[in-house]
Amino acid sequence: MFKLWVSIKKDIRILLRDKVGISLMFVMPIILVVVVTSIQNSTFQLVNKNKLPILICNMDTGKSGVQLIESIDKIGMFKVSQIPKGHEKTISDDMHSQDALLGIVIPANFSAEVNAKAKSASDKAMAAFSGQADTVKNTIKKETSGIGPLTLYYNPVLQESLRFSIQGAIRSALQLVQTRETLRTLYYSSNEKELPKSLENEMLNSNTTINMLPVSKDGTRNTPNASQHNVPAWTIFAMFFVIMSLGGSVVREKVSGSFIRLKTLPTNYLVGLLSKQVTYLGVTLLQAVVIFSIGIWLFPYIGLPALNLPQDIFALFIVTLVCGWCAVSYAICVGVFAQTQEQANGFGAISIVILACIGGLMVPSFAMQGLAKTLSNFSPMHWCLQAYYSLFLEGAQLKDVLNNIGSLFIITVIIQFLTYLGLKRKNLI
Amino acid sequence: MAVAQSFAVSIENMSFRYPDNDDPSFTNLNLQIPKGTRFGLFGPNGAGKTTLMNLMTGVLTADEGAIKLLGYTAGGQDKKVNKLFGFVPQDFSFYQELSPAENLEFFGAWAGLNKTEITNRTNELLHILGLDDVRNKAVEKFSGGMKRRVNLAIGVIHNPQVLFLDEPTVGVDVQTRHAIINYLHTLNKNGTTLIYTSHQLSEAEDLCEQIAMIDEGKIITQGHINDLLKEHKHDSLEELFINLTGKAYRN
Repeated sequence: MFKLWVSIKKDIRILLRDKVGISLMFVMPIILVVVVTSIQNSTFQLVNKNKLPILICNMDTGKSGVQLIESIDKIGMFKVSQIPKGHEKTISDDMHSQDALLGIVIPANFSAEVNAKAKSASDKAMAAFSGQADTVKNTIKKETSGIGPLTLYYNPVLQESLRFSIQGAIRSALQLVQTRETLRTLYYSSNEKELPKSLENEMLNSNTTINMLPVSKDGTRNTPNASQHNVPAWTIFAMFFVIMSLGGSVVREKVSGSFIRLKTLPTNYLVGLLSKQVTYLGVTLLQAVVIFSIGIWLFPYIGLPALNLPQDIFALFIVTLVCGWCAVSYAICVGVFAQTQEQANGFGAISIVILACIGGLMVPSFAMQGLAKTLSNFSPMHWCLQAYYSLFLEGAQLKDVLNNIGSLFIITVIIQFLTYLGLKRKNLI
Repeated sequence: MAVAQSFAVSIENMSFRYPDNDDPSFTNLNLQIPKGTRFGLFGPNGAGKTTLMNLMTGVLTADEGAIKLLGYTAGGQDKKVNKLFGFVPQDFSFYQELSPAENLEFFGAWAGLNKTEITNRTNELLHILGLDDVRNKAVEKFSGGMKRRVNLAIGVIHNPQVLFLDEPTVGVDVQTRHAIINYLHTLNKNGTTLIYTSHQLSEAEDLCEQIAMIDEGKIITQGHINDLLKEHKHDSLEELFINLTGKAYRN
């Protein structure tokens, strides 16, 4: 134990004097967490709180065009600005000059087409009511064909998923205008008087509302925010980033003369590796504490949502411990196989980014398909992330993440075994 | 198991080849180094001095034959023998980020000393080697001569019975060389066997009693310095060296 303790002291001293290594392990991940969370939070805000700027050029002279603009405005997700008629050809230029992400041109015959379609539908309904459906069928078909499309322009920065949401929202506004006109026409055909406003509102606005509630394992209804998503994810990345210091340290020791001397002393080099594991495991735990603390206490001061720790703190500790152990084991393994410090750092950094990609840190693993989804199971970061998300987002307990911890443990043992083989093969133990 | 014998090192029919080399470094090499001597191992660049030293200290493992160190098999599974010898490699074999005291604490513990023994030996060695004033300063800021002294101090912290020294004075000034050679004489007087390599042949004449010259993996001569000089009719070790190994460049 004395040898191990002295070795740990040696590793801590060397670590504390390695300013670049410390900044790589602590300062860079902190910057990363703050920057990524800020950017993600801005995206959340853009979709959830801020409105998407939209330019509308209404070429239509009828009331349906105006109703459509009102309906789009009422959706609540757009900040509507109108541009004068005649600007339909230059709407893309106007979008750039006015920082609008979307543009719509309502065609000149929009009201006429909506009215025609409403009349057609009304006639069909009346015919159906009076049992003469077949006689009007061909006429209706003729009248409803040829409605000009609504053109939606969008900035290419908008992601596909957001574009589909926008398209759905615009379609519902369009549906509202058409349904209103159909109802009015039908009512007039039937009663030869205008549809009462109150009845119209009742018929159009009595849709069932949708309550959106997050489903958590502990029954809480906290809405996940950018901090809950990003802080755990980038903490894992930071922990694996110890490879930049630890991998290099193993190589440095191996290629420097000190290793020759260590081999001539009556102590197995495994003591040295155990010392590095203990020291750097402490570093990874400290990284997690620092980054979580920043999420909890600093984020609210810089306009970001505060991180809420999971209820099961013990489970959080166990997941962090196993994740840290896996990160340290991986760094030592790379250090043992690398011939030079440049190899260790280069391969280490790139492999961490690849493991992060396939592990779901960059793109959620639920969105992955086929081979990518299979590969994600081989990334230790995937299992860390799943465990963290279960704890931070779903309110899970230790028993709920045992599967993830087990997978992580197996990967770690495999990495340790590879390290042992590497040491044996290179006659280092 | 150790057997009572009078050799610090005994090499019998030893062969060794580096895995990435076609030619063997040594074939059926035999060498005996008596206990308590100051033994010099010399040869031109690439002759195999450092390889032989690495084989004797167990850093490398022989392909064939036996290397016994104080009766124990060198480089075997039994690590007891590692307590009995010290090694001062040619490179600075310590942690440059640490101070001399911190390095001695670490290597002392790995050599099997307890806390009290480490403290006592650290104080003693830093005093003898003139490193008292800088005991807590990072070694990376030291001059070459100071680093050589730290290198030596680590090699002897556990009072080894046999001390291997691979060019221990390379790149140092006259004062440091003088101090190191004097300290090595003191160690030898106290019973430590010294096994030493260097290209400084005048220094070797001051330090060594017996020598072996190796070239291309073979021992070309061996014995007491004075006997060899008489036998080959030379006045200095350098003349003898040139005579036996030639003047051609070695790579």
